[in-house]
This record gives sequence, structure tokens and C-alpha cells, in this order.
Amino acid sequence: MTTIKQNTLALNGDEAVALAVKQSDVDVVAAYPITPQTIIVEKFSEYIADGEVETEFVCTESEHSALSACLTASATGARTFTASASAGLALMHEILYVTSGCRAPIVMAIANRALSAPINIHCDHSDSMAERDSGWIQIYVENSQEAYDSIIQAFRIAEHPDVLLPVMVCLDAFFLSHTLENVKTLPNEAVQEFIGDRQIPLVLGHEGEKVPFKLDPKNPITIGPLALYDYYFEHKRQQEEAMREALRIIRQVHNEFAETSGRKYGNGLIETYHLEDAEIATVCVGSTAGTIKTVVDQLREQGVKAGILRLRTLRPLPFSDIKKALEGVKALAVMDRSNSFGGHGGPVFHEIRHVLYGTHSTPFVVNYIFGLGGRDMPQNAILGIYRDLQAILKTERVVEDVRFAGVRE
Amino acid sequence: MTAPWKFTAREIVEKPDLFTSGHRACAGCGPAIALRQIMKATRGPTIVTNATGCMEVVSTIYPYTAWKVPWIHTAFENVAANASGIEAALKVLKRKGKLEHKNVDVIAFAGDGGTFDIGLQALSGAAERGHDFLYVLYDNEAYMNTGIQRSGGTPHGASTTTSPGGKVIPGKPQFKKPIANIMVAHEIPYVATASISFWQDLIIKTRRGLEVKGPAFLHVFAPCPRGWRYHTSKTIEISRLAVETCVFPLWEAKYGEYSLSPQSKVVALKPERKKPVKEYLEVQRRFGHLFKPGFRNVIDEIQNITDKRWNQLLKKCNIT
Ligand SMILES: Cc1ncc(C[n+]2csc(CCOP(=O)(O)OP(=O)(O)O)c2C)c(N)n1
Ligand code: SF4
Ligand SMILES: [Mg+2]
Repeated sequence: MTTIKQNTLALNGDEAVALAVKQSDVDVVAAYPITPQTIIVEKFSEYIADGEVETEFVCTESEHSALSACLTASATGARTFTASASAGLALMHEILYVTSGCRAPIVMAIANRALSAPINIHCDHSDSMAERDSGWIQIYVENSQEAYDSIIQAFRIAEHPDVLLPVMVCLDAFFLSHTLENVKTLPNEAVQEFIGDRQIPLVLGHEGEKVPFKLDPKNPITIGPLALYDYYFEHKRQQEEAMREALRIIRQVHNEFAETSGRKYGNGLIETYHLEDAEIATVCVGSTAGTIKTVVDQLREQGVKAGILRLRTLRPLPFSDIKKALEGVKALAVMDRSNSFGGHGGPVFHEIRHVLYGTHSTPFVVNYIFGLGGRDMPQNAILGIYRDLQAILKTERVVEDVRFAGVRE
Repeated sequence: MTAPWKFTAREIVEKPDLFTSGHRACAGCGPAIALRQIMKATRGPTIVTNATGCMEVVSTIYPYTAWKVPWIHTAFENVAANASGIEAALKVLKRKGKLEHKNVDVIAFAGDGGTFDIGLQALSGAAERGHDFLYVLYDNEAYMNTGIQRSGGTPHGASTTTSPGGKVIPGKPQFKKPIANIMVAHEIPYVATASISFWQDLIIKTRRGLEVKGPAFLHVFAPCPRGWRYHTSKTIEISRLAVETCVFPLWEAKYGEYSLSPQSKVVALKPERKKPVKEYLEVQRRFGHLFKPGFRNVIDEIQNITDKRWNQLLKKCNIT
């Protein structure tokens, strides 16, 4: 357990992120404001204005340019951060793929917000779910404390030579971004010691010699070339390999951070709560997990064998961890705060059913699409879902496997 | 601005190429000539970022590269943002004592598509923010990489694959966007036009753009034999004609103060030397349809807009 003295501060999620970025000795922040991420950019601008950080802050004219600037700053050797949400993330879409393809270890906070239309500033996961195949690592947090901790971990993960991939840390709009919470914060030195200087791996240079993988006038290399059917595929295969490595590194960094901070989130990839002997369970990502845990407590008091699996890392998907954790569950509800229109269920549902396919005792699985555009998911609605699961167990039948919770039909 | 840089032709010839041969541009490619000349004018450690387009595609076909400087390409519309990021990184790394070099120059290359059209927002933003970099627009007046489509930089009457000279429409109906003036309006320290046919002028202007603190914009006229449909041996000749007809006059604006460059000044002082645009148009088949009966008025329109813009330029340069 840690002996480091920590400072408890009342912070909202955005402020917690901004503080973590400040402590992580970031070289370049390029960003563009969008609710509900704006506080991060504003808070950071204050740090700059007050001379509290040495960071170069580029306040770009769009999110597309923000990520483009981050990408080349990162390629020049700088530790780099940005933040966005919703329309802003969608505007970055093209460059998200370029970033992971160029293996730039950028960290980005996403304050998960609904996509237009209708325009809506509140929480759902449509924005980041739409980018889950962009080659970025995606970590979804449950509370502001985890947002703070995850940003710090994210730099270590992204910059690890076996990974070298960008990381998104996703926090729920308003529920987290704008809600005050007690957040335990580490001293600056502890954070800096934990992260260390950015390590630049060596790659083959023009003459076959080993040179640092960055834009370095002493050792010129070409980044972002044209590669067609003869070489493109190998680049992409390497990205997949890096994602597989990331499963190991995320756990490792998470465990090391636990030693420094005393805080753990499951194994860093998934977090389970009363799942060991659970017969009915939910799977979810994000802040809803907090409410679900309260409901699970209530059910447990009534003797109901209920549990929950929170997916912390969606990319890379911790396939075998999920599979193992769900062994023994008889009826499962997968919670999606976004939809895949016409896709028979939401994205998390697709992932989880995919994991469960071919297991010995596949549970009954239902999907609940909920909370779009920030609609609340109160305890009684969650309780209703567990009651549905109990009914499924009793009748041994799933009538409708994709359901919408809390919507006027 | 520091004292003007003096160089000898010998110096330039002997300086090793940083944009090397072996790239896969077409024979007679104007933009490739521009890049080679511009890289000759660099003054020390330099990082290059390149927008998507012909020059990116022909120079870095994996696993080969024509670049002897650190080089990065990320996308089509964002090269000015890329330059911003590099410059920001260099600044902070220097401040933190993590940069080996005292100074590293940043050059962004983009075509007309990547500048007049899809990249204008990023360029305007970077100029407004005042990053210290040189933006080079190599203007071949259409989207060549994707097969000669019109851009905001395509001149009036030119036939492209999306503005074909047809039976009723004589090529591109609109006029070329005055991009360099738009950049002067950003009140950046240095804007200049240059042509590969006047290489000393191009090299001097490149160096000025690098030496100035803050954003510099260089608009380089760079004909494309494929897209303009002329013989590959005529690239330099056509570039020269563009200057001599005042279709593409050479000038620079230092902190908003316009002045004509020597090759255009001669024309200003001796107006009889100003050639008619017809001489420029008739050697390129992209304008071939204008010489058929029925479309000849377009040649007059081109002459008129050329004269109008030339006179406006003379006024800006205080030549009356
Ligand atoms: C966002 C986006 N839209 C379209 C394209 C397709 N595209 C690639 S290069 C290009 C045209 C480039 O034209 P220009 O900037 O003039 O450069 P040139 O090829 O003429 O040198 C286009 C349309 C792209 N790569 N990205
Ligand atoms: S198409 Fe034109 S610009 Fe492109 S490489 Fe060929 S000559 Fe050069
Ligand atoms: Mg072009």
C-alpha cells in the first residue's frame, strides 16, 4: 500500500483531467472547445496564463486542426494531449486513423456527448463508440477519480514502446465532467516519477541504421508515406499487434499505479462487482456502473445473486477476461448508452455476445439501449432490468433481445 | 528582417539536394522543380510537412523516400495545422532544453487544392496564430493527383475534368481566387509570389520566408504538363510566359508593403514588353477550346481580368 500523502480536492471530472494533464509534464496541448469538454481547455488556459505549466498551448481553429497539430507535435517528440467530444470528435474522425497509423502516442480526453441531430449537449456514448475501430485505445471511466488516475496511466500506456498507440480516456458528459467529487490527487513529483520522460523507440533509418522514431534533423526519417497493396496491410497488422500488447501493458501500468496511489479498478481492463457467484448480471461502461453497483447491493441484501461487469477498456477488447468473468452467469443484460441503427443492438452488446459465442453454457443475453441524449437512468429502472433477468431465468425464454429502456414508445 | 542573403549560383549547384532524384513525378513536372529549388534555399536544420497531393505521392512511395530532411504527411487539408504542431513542439522542447539544435525551420508544402480550397481554414488559423513557419503553395492550378479536377486556383476558361470545355460551357466559369492577397490580408510578415522560371528570385524569396519571424507564405507558379496538356519540355517556357503576360506577376509583400520583383518590374516600367495573354494560352491545350469560334470572347475576358489585376497590383506597389 502507498505511503504517499495525497491531497483530496473537490473537482469535477474536467478539472480532474486538466490537473492530471498539468502534472504529467505535457509538452503540447492543442485543442478546441466543445461542451462538455470545455472546462478542460479553459482550466488549462488558466494554468498557462498563470505560468503554472511550461506547456505550449495551441488554441486551434477546429478540432480537425487540433488533432493534426497534436499528431505532428507528437511526431516531433513532444508529449501531447487534446480533448474533445461529440461533433468535435466526429470532425477529428479522419485524423484519428492517421494518428494511430502514424503510431503517435497522443492522449485525448473525451467527455462523452450525444451526436446531432437533434443537437444535444448531454451524455451518451455515440461519439466515442463511432470511433472504436479507429485504432485508439479506449478507456471508459466510472468517476472523476478514475478520470484523474486514467489520464496519468494513459501517457505511460500510449508511450510504451510495445504499444505506441493513442489513448482516449472517456468520461460521461455532465454526470462526470461537470459534477463535483472528492478526488485524491498525487503530488506533482509522484506523478512525474510515475510517468517519466517520454521514451522514443528506435526504428530503421534511411540507410538501415537505428534512429529515433521522430522528426529529427540529425536523423531524418519519412513519416506518413504512401503505401499501397504491397505494404499497407503490414502496417495495419502491426497496429493489431500493438493492440494485443496493450492488453498486457494496460494491466501492468494499472498495477504499478495502484502501488503508487493505492487505487485499483478491477484488473485495469474489466472490473467486476459481486460477479463471482452471480446468476444474473449486467455489463456496462461508464458512470452508470456506479448506480448499478448500488442496485446490486440492494439485491444482494434481498438474497438475489446479482452482479455487474464494468468494461473499463473497450479497445483493446479484453476478450478472455470478459469470457472468464462471465462464466456461471445465467442471464445477462448488456447496457448500451448508444445505438447501432439497424444493427440489432448497441455496440457493447455486439462485443459481449461476440465474446460469449461458443462458450459452454452461453447465458441468456438481452440488450438495453438507454440514456441517449443524457436521459437519466435511475435506480428503479436498473432494478427493473434485474427483475427482467429474473423473469427470463424463470421462463427460460428471451422474448425480445434488444430493448429500449426509459423511452416513450 | 535580417540582412539579405547573398548566394552564388555555384553555391546552389554544389549544395546537395535535400529533395533528391528518384521520385516518381512525371517528366517536366513543375512542382518537382519547385521543391528541389526551394530545398536548395534552406539555411540549416529543417522539418518538412507535406499535404496530400502529387508531390507527397510521388516522393514517398514506401519503402522509398526522396527526402533527406525529416518529413511528415498526415492528410490533405491540414498541412498548416501540421506545421503549427511541429513549431509548437520545437518551441517547448527548446525551452525545456530538450532540443539539440539552436534553430529548426519548418516548411509546409501544399498544392492549390490543399491551399485555396480544403486547406484554407487550417492555413488561415495558423497564420492568425502567428506560428513561425514557411508555407509553400505549389500551384499547378488543379487537383492533379486525382486526375485534373478544377480548384479555386484553376484559372478562368481552363478545361479540367470537372470543368470540361464543352459545347456550351467554355471550361471553368469562375476566376482564380487571389490567394496571395488573401494571405497579405492576414497581416503576416511575408507573402511573395515566385516562379520556377526565375530560380534566383524563388530561392531568395524562400530564404526570406524562412528568415522572417512568424508565418510566411510563398505562392509558387508550377506548371503541370499532364494537366495543362503541353509538351514536357515547355514547363519553364510557360512559367516565364505567365510572368511576361502578367497572368502571374512576381511580387512580395513585407509586412503588408507590396513591391514588384525585378522580372515584373521590367514589364511595369516598359509596358510595351507586356505580352498578350493569347501567347500564354495558345501553347496549352487546356485552353485549346477557347480558340474555336464561339468561345473567343473568353480570351478577351481573361485579358481583361489579367489587366485589371495587374493594374491593382501596380497601385499597391505605388507604380502609376
Ligand atoms: C479529405 C480528402 N478529400 C479528398 C482527397 C482526395 N485528394 C487527394 S489529393 C487531391 C487533390 C490534390 O490537389 P492539389 O492540392 O492541387 O495537389 P496536386 O495533386 O495538384 O499536386 C484530392 C482531391 C483526400 N485525400 N482527402
Ligand atoms: S501530374 Fe503534374 S504535378 Fe503531378 S507529378 Fe505529373 S507533372 Fe507533376
Ligand atoms: Mg494542384
